[in-house]
Amino acid sequence: MSGVSEAQGLRAWAGAVLRDGKARAGAVILLFFVLLATVGPLLVTDPDALVSVPLQPPSAEHWLGTTGQGQDVLAQLVVGTRVSLLIGFGVGISVVLIGALIGITAGYFGGRVDGFLSLLFNVFLVIPGLPLAIVIAAYLPSGPWTLALVLIVTGWAWNARVVRAQTLALREQDFVAAATVVGESHFRIITRELLPTMTSLLLAQIIGSTVYAIGAQVGLEYLGLGDVSAFTWGTNLYWAENDSALLTGAWWTFVPTGIAVALVGFALTMLNSGFDELSNPRLGMERVWRQHLLSKGEEPTRATPVVRS
Amino acid sequence: MTSPILQVEDLKKYYPIRGGVIARKVADVKAVNGVSFDLYPGETLGLVGESGCGKSTLGRTLMRLEEPTGGRVLFEGKDLAHAKGKELFDLRAEIQMIFQDPYSSLNPRLPVRDIVIEPLEVHKMGTASERLDKVVALCRRVGLKEEVIGRYPHEFSGGQRQRVGIARALALEPKVIVADEPVSALDVSVQAQVINLMVELQKELGLTYIFISHDLSVVEYISDSIAIMYLGRIVETGKKETIFSNPTHPYTRALISSVPNPDPRKRRVQVAIEGETPSPVNPPSGCAFHPRCPFAVEACKKDVPALESFTQTDDPRHNVACIRKDEIEPHFKN
Repeated sequence: MSGVSEAQGLRAWAGAVLRDGKARAGAVILLFFVLLATVGPLLVTDPDALVSVPLQPPSAEHWLGTTGQGQDVLAQLVVGTRVSLLIGFGVGISVVLIGALIGITAGYFGGRVDGFLSLLFNVFLVIPGLPLAIVIAAYLPSGPWTLALVLIVTGWAWNARVVRAQTLALREQDFVAAATVVGESHFRIITRELLPTMTSLLLAQIIGSTVYAIGAQVGLEYLGLGDVSAFTWGTNLYWAENDSALLTGAWWTFVPTGIAVALVGFALTMLNSGFDELSNPRLGMERVWRQHLLSKGEEPTRATPVVRS
Repeated sequence: MTSPILQVEDLKKYYPIRGGVIARKVADVKAVNGVSFDLYPGETLGLVGESGCGKSTLGRTLMRLEEPTGGRVLFEGKDLAHAKGKELFDLRAEIQMIFQDPYSSLNPRLPVRDIVIEPLEVHKMGTASERLDKVVALCRRVGLKEEVIGRYPHEFSGGQRQRVGIARALALEPKVIVADEPVSALDVSVQAQVINLMVELQKELGLTYIFISHDLSVVEYISDSIAIMYLGRIVETGKKETIFSNPTHPYTRALISSVPNPDPRKRRVQVAIEGETPSPVNPPSGCAFHPRCPFAVEACKKDVPALESFTQTDDPRHNVACIRKDEIEPHFKN
């Protein structure tokens, strides 16, 4: 029996990521940043401390140089990783959970429920997200969690719409009818029949939303709408801009943060390809079958593998 | 004479068509338009008709996948059409369904074990290990090997998937199974295997089937009695032998003529019907078949003919909905 269909839970997730080269690369990069966020702050100096002459280029003492205030860039980058990743994943997951809940309710129950919820998320969709985020962020007391709230409020509607569309397609499938005939409750049909069928969609959404949340958060903070005394990737860039890093040519004050943002986004996208195979077992079977044929020196086709009993 | 296990009385399913700015109801699609029949225990009723005649909607309405617009469905005296909550939940265990498309009727993310165990878990039958034993027994019974229970639907062929669907339908030990075109998506050789399996299971478990199909040769093989549907109504019912040897309604005659008859001595009046099935939104007045009927007279346009007993055959269950049933000559001549 093939390991693809039998593996369950964590082992299956790990397996899917390990099999796929792209996913493996993504996982390694992401793991690096997660480690950086968890244990990194213990290893670097206080990011607030004025440790040296301002705007020193990278040296043996300060690996990434110093800021316009004379603080250590590496320390700020590492400490900032924690908040930025936390907000990124927190917002990404929350946005998809809220969106999935509302979208699946609208799509499954239809009728007036759908009418009301669709109206709600359509209103949120036509509100331009980033300008609204700027306005709200400017009014509320500044801080990373305010930003998270703003991003959740402005970001859930798109996910709801996608999940609703997917639910509309799935609920017409006979396996939902079969579940109804058996006597499954609405709640059980949604949680056991519909949601697992959308795993890859939801994961792709979480990854997409996380990338968006990190980007938007960095953007808003760069504009000075976050708490400028906190240490995040966005405030790092804000201070770099404030200290005229571009004018003075102090590239080390903003390039490392920029690369970190880009790398995390890249890693998440790579990871997605491995998850896709996991939640669609057929993709996995096809891969196993192709490898088997190739090992026998045969030319693989797109035919569906079938059990002979 | 045994009493029917399922009595369908004047069952209706209309779908509203809404139009205009305030989504006012402008018309109805009368998919099932007053259907009545009795189903006897241990028998197979073949429900036959063209695509779009409402036979699948009838099956789905019986299963309460669609809410009936009117009428009653009595299962051992309890009205399935209006049951709610716990009563409906308990009745569901008595009537199960086999679906047409073996590809969409199994959840692609669940292994066979989870698909077949689901009804048992929902109805809280037995302990976890008893349920698993039952799943294994069911899979064996429908001709699947025990070791396939960990596999996912995409690893099976259409016929094997349909066997999984049958195992799921049997899990609750229902008395009645509604099979909606269960073999029309399968290869002919696989069709025979699945139908033979259904026949064996019927003998063994005393099941009662409603077998919905457009394929007369399949229906002739499996059915005890047959109901012919046209545009949301039943136009003729009777024992299988009666319907095939003495089709009386002009529409039934046309259907039977379309089946090749291997007996060259049997001569028959050729009834070729022309045209398309009319729209169920705006069905023809009177007998819905009159625009295509070679025997139609002016009176056919007036009233909808009732499904009445046809006394010229010796089948007490032979009912025909045609005002000219006693006048037109028999279909087969010897």
